[in-house]
Amino acid sequence: MSATSLEPKTEPHKSPATEDRPWTDYFTFQTDHKVIAIQYFVISFVFYLIGGAMATAMRGELATPNPDLLGYDNYNGVLTLHGTIMIFLWIVPAGTGAFANYLLPLMIGAKDMAFPRLNALAFWILPPAGVMLIVSLVTETPQAGWTSYPPLSVTSGQLGEMLWILSLLLVGTSSILGAINFITTIINMRIKDMTLFDMPLYCWAMLATSILVLVSTPVLAGALILLSFDLIAGTAFFNPTGGGDPIVYQHLFWFYSHPAVYIMILPIFGLVSDILPVHARKPIFGYRAIAYSSLAICFLGLVVWAHHMFTSGTPGWLRMFFMIATMAIAVPTGIKVFSWVATIWGGKIRLNSAMLFAIGFISFFLVGGLSGVMVASVPFDIHVHDTYFIVAHFHYVLFGGSVTGIYAGLYHWFPKMTGRMMNDTWGKVHFVLHFVGFNLCFFPMHILGLQGMPRRVVQYNPEFATLNMVCTVGSVLLAISTIPFLINAVWSWLYGPKASANPWKALTLEWQTASPPPIENFDEEPVLWSGPYEYGIDFDREADELSVRDLLAEVKAEM
Amino acid sequence: MKIPSAIITLLAGVAITLISLWYGQNNGWMPVAASQEAPLVDGLFNTMMTIATALFLIVEGAIVIAIVRFRQKTGDNTDGPAIEGNLPLEILWTGIPVVIVLGLSIYSFEVYNTMGGLDPMASGDPGIQQVAAKPGAAIAATLDEPAPKMTHMHNHMALGVGASPGTQGKPADVEVKVTGLQFAWLFNYPASGVISGELHVPAGKEVQLDITAQDVLHAFWVPQFRLKQDAIPGRTSQLRFRPNLPGTYPIICAELCGSYHGAMQSQVIVHTPEEYDAWLQSQIASKNAGENTVAMVSSELSDRDRLALRTADLGITEDILAQVHSHQ
Repeated sequence: MSATSLEPKTEPHKSPATEDRPWTDYFTFQTDHKVIAIQYFVISFVFYLIGGAMATAMRGELATPNPDLLGYDNYNGVLTLHGTIMIFLWIVPAGTGAFANYLLPLMIGAKDMAFPRLNALAFWILPPAGVMLIVSLVTETPQAGWTSYPPLSVTSGQLGEMLWILSLLLVGTSSILGAINFITTIINMRIKDMTLFDMPLYCWAMLATSILVLVSTPVLAGALILLSFDLIAGTAFFNPTGGGDPIVYQHLFWFYSHPAVYIMILPIFGLVSDILPVHARKPIFGYRAIAYSSLAICFLGLVVWAHHMFTSGTPGWLRMFFMIATMAIAVPTGIKVFSWVATIWGGKIRLNSAMLFAIGFISFFLVGGLSGVMVASVPFDIHVHDTYFIVAHFHYVLFGGSVTGIYAGLYHWFPKMTGRMMNDTWGKVHFVLHFVGFNLCFFPMHILGLQGMPRRVVQYNPEFATLNMVCTVGSVLLAISTIPFLINAVWSWLYGPKASANPWKALTLEWQTASPPPIENFDEEPVLWSGPYEYGIDFDREADELSVRDLLAEVKAEM
Repeated sequence: MKIPSAIITLLAGVAITLISLWYGQNNGWMPVAASQEAPLVDGLFNTMMTIATALFLIVEGAIVIAIVRFRQKTGDNTDGPAIEGNLPLEILWTGIPVVIVLGLSIYSFEVYNTMGGLDPMASGDPGIQQVAAKPGAAIAATLDEPAPKMTHMHNHMALGVGASPGTQGKPADVEVKVTGLQFAWLFNYPASGVISGELHVPAGKEVQLDITAQDVLHAFWVPQFRLKQDAIPGRTSQLRFRPNLPGTYPIICAELCGSYHGAMQSQVIVHTPEEYDAWLQSQIASKNAGENTVAMVSSELSDRDRLALRTADLGITEDILAQVHSHQ
């Protein structure tokens, strides 16, 4: 058998345990990282649909300049919940909890996570957090936006705000528990031949992400607890009527929430770095540069938070410092983007659904990155801060970037997770709707913001009506685009054609075990045949591989 | 004969450069520029648009070409070439962004300094002062008190964009105290005691706004001036600028401040200096005519009526308004 053979030794004897897992396991406290990952996927996707319905409602409201659909009473609540749900109950749990749980142990050849029970606990903290946000819909919604700046947040309704704070504290706890687990697993549980530089880039991305979570999340927790004292106990940490300082809250909040942006995008960088080489049949371009740039982004991401406060209570020198630090992030981010393009350049691209979404990710993220450099510039940001330009910018990063990347990951690893293939044609339909709807919905927002439309408003000047209508049409397309995905995913999960262990002929370890993998992942100790991206080294592989297949078939026939 | 790829690359480079330069200058995305500072910001934005357009065309172009040229050929199940990196290329695409962001940082610094962002009088943080109002009664603060008391405590130090280097240390031609409250702006001209719900400023004169808030955070934004500054309860912030194009422009609240945040708009009227003087005199006259309410603005309505109209559907009752006026 050649050293680069892709055919797993384990496939012929599928573990009976996999077949036996009852569906009820997915609704109970389980310690298998794969079950927990699927639980994360499903619950975060449910919240994505809820948050998406809210987004569509907001775009419906903004189709016309007058407050006529949600109205003054409901708009701010929906706005707050949309932001909170999309960030804390969709992108963060899907990008870290779901993918990291599924992929990390498999990619490094481990049987499970380092702390399986902690892992399950981290997941089971999430549903109550989500339930509280949903409950707030029928009791009293939080009104102060996902940033929850005081004094507004402490004067606009105690119940809604308190539900919001408790929910975020739970999500933060879950996130910290997850991060501890991920770091420990990556450092300690790799098979013994695998050095840090043999790891797939998703593992590097999760290492950087988990460090960010551990450093920054406790600060948010502190800020929120103080905010809750101001809210219910009448203290004045942030409330100026008692001598408190609302700007301090902003510093504490963004000390977490800027790194949170990287918590939401770094894992996606990792997913895309792992998807592109497989379907371009070429090694990742500049492995070490991509790995190190994740760490550089992790470090720089911790010292740029006040760029969210250029029009707030920040002195001039501080604005200058944070401008330069923020601009510097463009360098490691640029390295990644250029490396991804160089990876597909000259390859033999299989343009399937996973690859379309991965390439779509690069093209959307590029726009978000370019506008990101613009808003780093203080004089320009003074004009566009808190306008639709910012809304456009962060949706290009978080929707065009993170969500598109999550879809790419779902299409790519779906066969591994469920043992069945997804329908590629419907995947492409999904992509086209996603691509067109996304750009229609969010690109005009750049112009709206520059022209003078502030964000978080339920009504606007009639001169902006046309562009807003375009955005609303785009948002409807986006909403529709989830339907082919949902039907495709559910149908394929139940009735799709069976997936082989390695349908994409990928080199990373998760493809060396059965699809779906048995309970402890590998029936036999996995072997590190090659580096994660060593495509194109053995040009005779095709012939080689065929013979291996034949060989296996023969063995089967004899058995 | 095939055209050598070097020539095609060169032509593509020239085309991308020309398109980017043209689009950077002619994107038309900014609204009209009505202050001396606005063209500085526009110049910076156009430069960034030029660079962004070029990078956009290069990267998206490379992606599209790759998808077309490097698609798997039917029946070809082999891998691509085993290229794992290219150090000179990687150094190049690390170095170029470094140069770009350094250049943009220096350019932005220059623009910010020219606008007055580093004026020592406007770039230090005096810290928080306690707000007079009690929670829930924020609107019940004084309307025509010359200035919020706390501004005097710290020798006019404020946050925001101050005087340009050429005029630093000199007082502005017109000083206006700006107060944001749920959900309106109040403009107080301390030199004359005039109070208005709209901002009137003379073209060509330097205007200084001392901005504060009575209840929650607001943000003062005039897109045509390219200037924005949060109004923070307990702090005074500053915007100093020179409007230069007569006209009427919107004043927008850009910080979420409650249910009617979207309705919190006013306008700034940039007059010619003569018109401005006439307006100011009419305001002073009507104030002296014994009107016990706040000064008239350019319409027939008093501020009280205007506020009442504005707030009729905002849940602000007659009681609260009476409370406001009782402080006069």
